[in-house]
Amino acid sequence: MSSYLIYVALLSPFLGFLIQIFLGGKLSKTISGTISSLAVFVSFLASLFLFFEFHNVSFSHTLFSWFDIGDFKADFSVKIDQLSLLMMLVVTGISTLIHIYSTGYMHEDPLFSRYFGYLNLFVFMMLTLIMADNLLLMFVGWEGVGLCSYLLIGFWFEDDFKAFCGKKAFIVNRIGDAAFILGIFLIFSLFGTLEFESLYTSTLNRSPEMGFGLLSCITLFLFIGATGKSAQIPLYVWLPDAMAGPTPVSALIHAATMVTAGVYMICRLSFFYDLTPIVQNIIIVIGMATAILSGLIALTQKDIKKVLAYSTVSQLGYMFVAAGLAAYGAAMFHLTTHAFFKALLFLCSGSVIHAMNGEQDMFKMGGLKNVMPITYLSFLVGALALSGIPPLAGFFSKDTILAFAFAKSPLLWGLTAFTALLTSFYIFRALSLTFHGKLGNIHAHESPSSMTVPLVLLSCGTLLVGFLGLPPMFSHLFHVENLFEKFLGWESSLHLSGQTEWFLMGACSALVILTAYTATKLFSGDKAKVTALKNKFSKLHTLSENKFYVDEFYDLVFVKTAHKKAQFFWEKIDIFVIDGIVNGVGSLGRNLSILLSLIQTGRVINYAFMMFLGMILILLYLVKL
Amino acid sequence: MNEYFILASILFALGVTGVLMRRNLLVILMSVEIMLASSNLALIAASSHVGNLHGHIFVLFNIAVAAAEAAVGLALIVIIYKNKKTENVDQFTSLHG
Repeated sequence: MSSYLIYVALLSPFLGFLIQIFLGGKLSKTISGTISSLAVFVSFLASLFLFFEFHNVSFSHTLFSWFDIGDFKADFSVKIDQLSLLMMLVVTGISTLIHIYSTGYMHEDPLFSRYFGYLNLFVFMMLTLIMADNLLLMFVGWEGVGLCSYLLIGFWFEDDFKAFCGKKAFIVNRIGDAAFILGIFLIFSLFGTLEFESLYTSTLNRSPEMGFGLLSCITLFLFIGATGKSAQIPLYVWLPDAMAGPTPVSALIHAATMVTAGVYMICRLSFFYDLTPIVQNIIIVIGMATAILSGLIALTQKDIKKVLAYSTVSQLGYMFVAAGLAAYGAAMFHLTTHAFFKALLFLCSGSVIHAMNGEQDMFKMGGLKNVMPITYLSFLVGALALSGIPPLAGFFSKDTILAFAFAKSPLLWGLTAFTALLTSFYIFRALSLTFHGKLGNIHAHESPSSMTVPLVLLSCGTLLVGFLGLPPMFSHLFHVENLFEKFLGWESSLHLSGQTEWFLMGACSALVILTAYTATKLFSGDKAKVTALKNKFSKLHTLSENKFYVDEFYDLVFVKTAHKKAQFFWEKIDIFVIDGIVNGVGSLGRNLSILLSLIQTGRVINYAFMMFLGMILILLYLVKL
Repeated sequence: MNEYFILASILFALGVTGVLMRRNLLVILMSVEIMLASSNLALIAASSHVGNLHGHIFVLFNIAVAAAEAAVGLALIVIIYKNKKTENVDQFTSLHG
């Protein structure tokens, strides 16, 4: 029964993918969308059953033997434990809602069934990544979701810019993936296995590395892989451009699920990271820097999806800070809550963009509050949760991370709290610009129910999911356990006095609420104040609006130089040397054959003469013999 | 004995010269027949010199084959003449490389 459920959970999206790709053209849009959503929903149900059956055990199940060469063995086997079950639920649950939403959002698109095929393939690949029992299979899923991400970012490939964005995402991810696979090689050469369970047992009696040794190399390489997939400095540049894809794709892949794969991987391999404190510190620094940098960029973006994209990068930075602090429970908790509210925010922005006929510039919106009440309320819930205003999801998860940060150092707490303020400012700026103010001369309307129902469901999720992981002092207060950490089995090792924690939380929440209020006040009303503020900080504003010129810097340093090298190899090496050799061999043969063909005169007499000559030569030879 | 071989050689040389020098297809065919006859002569001479009948029988077969070959060759010449309206071998250059 149990193994049967694993097959159902894993293969039903794949079946959906096959149906969409091979039969999609023949199905009507309604049937096509229903099949696809159903495939993921079935997978969700199977995950739910698996969850209830196995929430307190851990085992692996081999589907089939994949590699078995000498010492090297890697099976296509899945690992069912608390971590993977949690991720399965998050991924399939949110995917189901986004599939339903997509049936409304993509209704006018001519490539409807192909879109759903890719989406189903993505869910299958993501489940492979999550459920993998060894690093190699995880890498398959890792690459598979990258492929789907590429296909879906460039889904509207007639637009050159969108196709370019897809390529950018793919290439930037390759850099991280190269490091990731190097990490896998190192692990294999060091431990001789890639299975998580045996890796765990072989690290049990190791002591943490003091210097920067082989283990640190491994964890650093894997972390570089994670910076690619999870959009951290220095490889985050692809994620904001990934917004070129359809908005549900941004919600599913580039906010809720795929980009969190890096965090998941670090939690999965937490036993390695616990042994390498240097790399943990690197992770904290990178995560913190990413969170602040992208928070600053998000302050001035005009495109609503860009704001959310940078916000995602920033929140991922939070998760990495938590992972670096060895607060894996907190990281996974923030991952889960973030998946809910960020998917919600993206879907709301999709609803707005849908209503505005593809307009994404927030300065051309405004006053949509009354026209689109459901979308507005959902966005408000999402914004409150993202800012970490109690008692919504983001509050609990963010507060847990902040508490861990304070336990490490007050400075780190200051930085994380500062990022929280940035977050609250930019999201309420986006909310005000989009929904408050005066309604322009547009015929916006509320989206169809296929789009609003997922919004409402996600809003409920956002309201409730935070209560799964109450911080310690709340759990003491209400005599409720922190279900989340208990479930994951990572009991928090946080030792802060109740008063300190109450104080920190109160201070941070008060500041966040104040910022949110200021931002709303500022951007809802008179635009003159905004302009005045902009002029006051014009230099900073330009810097932030131009994303700190990171793209330009990369373009100059990496892309241009690579381009020049490629130009050299193409024009000099390829055309002269390689083509010269190939064409030289060809023309040599041709010229020789032209020479030889002179013998073929076509005159019978010449042939006869040659024949006699030949005969005479043969005779002479025989006689001599 | 040698006289036969000398005659056969002369005939053969004549045939070769004919094939190489003449342009008319019919004459070339005739020259080929002369070469064949010379070889038959040499065969018979050698056979009677050795004193068995193998060579004689061989020559009989040769003559039969030569008759068939002449028939085929003549038929080919007729066809070529019909197509090209000439029997001059210098005009046949379609094999030119």
